[in-house]
Amino acid sequence: MKTVLVVDDSRIVRKVARRILEGLGFAVDEAENGAEALAACRSRLPDGILLDWNMPVMNGIEFLHALRSEFGLGEPRVVFCTTESELDAIQRAIEGGANEYIMKPFDAEIIESKFQQVGLL
Amino acid sequence: MNAASFSALAEFLHARSGIVLTPDKAYLVETRLAPLMRREGCADLGALVAKVKAALSGPIADEVVELMTTNETLFFRDGKPFEHLRQQVLPKLAAARGPRGVIRVWSAACSTGQEAFSVAMTALEIAPALAGCRVEILGTDLSREVLRRAETGRFSQFEVQRGLPITMLTKYFRKDGSEWVVKDEVRALVSFREWNLLRPPQPLGRFDVVLLRNVLIYFDQPTKTRVLENVASVLAKDGVLYLGGAETVLGISSRFAPLDGARSAYALV
Repeated sequence: MKTVLVVDDSRIVRKVARRILEGLGFAVDEAENGAEALAACRSRLPDGILLDWNMPVMNGIEFLHALRSEFGLGEPRVVFCTTESELDAIQRAIEGGANEYIMKPFDAEIIESKFQQVGLL
Repeated sequence: MNAASFSALAEFLHARSGIVLTPDKAYLVETRLAPLMRREGCADLGALVAKVKAALSGPIADEVVELMTTNETLFFRDGKPFEHLRQQVLPKLAAARGPRGVIRVWSAACSTGQEAFSVAMTALEIAPALAGCRVEILGTDLSREVLRRAETGRFSQFEVQRGLPITMLTKYFRKDGSEWVVKDEVRALVSFREWNLLRPPQPLGRFDVVLLRNVLIYFDQPTKTRVLENVASVLAKDGVLYLGGAETVLGISSRFAPLDGARSAYALV
């Protein structure tokens, strides 16, 4: 079973994302911020990461840079999931190594479409 | 809902658009026509059908057809036909048509334009391989309302996240407030026109590619045959027809045969 790490400081967003991703057949882990997510990746690298941008301690883009410099560019697949919806933010995320990008609010259809695009479905 | 009113509506819809309204779709009639019935002061479906029958080409009849049409669509729907177009069909047609040639694509029943714009982006992605051959895309639909939206090239945040890879969004769209608008280079390849698939399509010209995906499923057998016959009459000899993943020509039309190695793609026999 493929694994997805949901990284978001909102408990509600994590819960909604978990329900959708489990419905798509993924095993789901959660982290509240980038630092927790990095620790989780060091203990076990997931197949995919659903990543919020604005979080305390370590934000999404800082986490992404740390992840890619430590584990390389290929894996895991990273799908940003954020309220940031301006072109320059999206471009920063892609240049930082994100594979796909979701602008909140999201629904099950969008999550499914994006995880298909990154090859996890 | 009164059975006589339902069958009168079904009869009108079939004659006008070819769409088959079976009794299990009664819920669709209620949900889609209720606002129009309220606005027109119709107490029940019978009253609305009477208004439609009183003026079969009038604005209320048009609106009923539009409301009963399914406009579900998304960018790069099902992925594979666009891959097939990109890797094989467009380069091959470009080689056949030459550097000053034109490849004409028909997105039939195009709804709000996502399919037509997906073909345009596909063509732009492989522009060097087309070696100067132009691609023109015509999107047609029965519904004026969806065409009005398609013409604007404007999509909501929700719509651009269904099927459209993020790199294509940043490359081919600009943001305008909360909406996303296709850039001029994409918009320039696409035109839209109101068209009923039951009509002989000669006025639209000849096509090298026809996308008729997830359309036949709404028609009965004779209508499917008629629509496929119409498409065959305007498809180039080396052209390609794409149907939806759940659709086939088998047993419906002898004018087409499946293309080897490509799902849902057909060539003229």
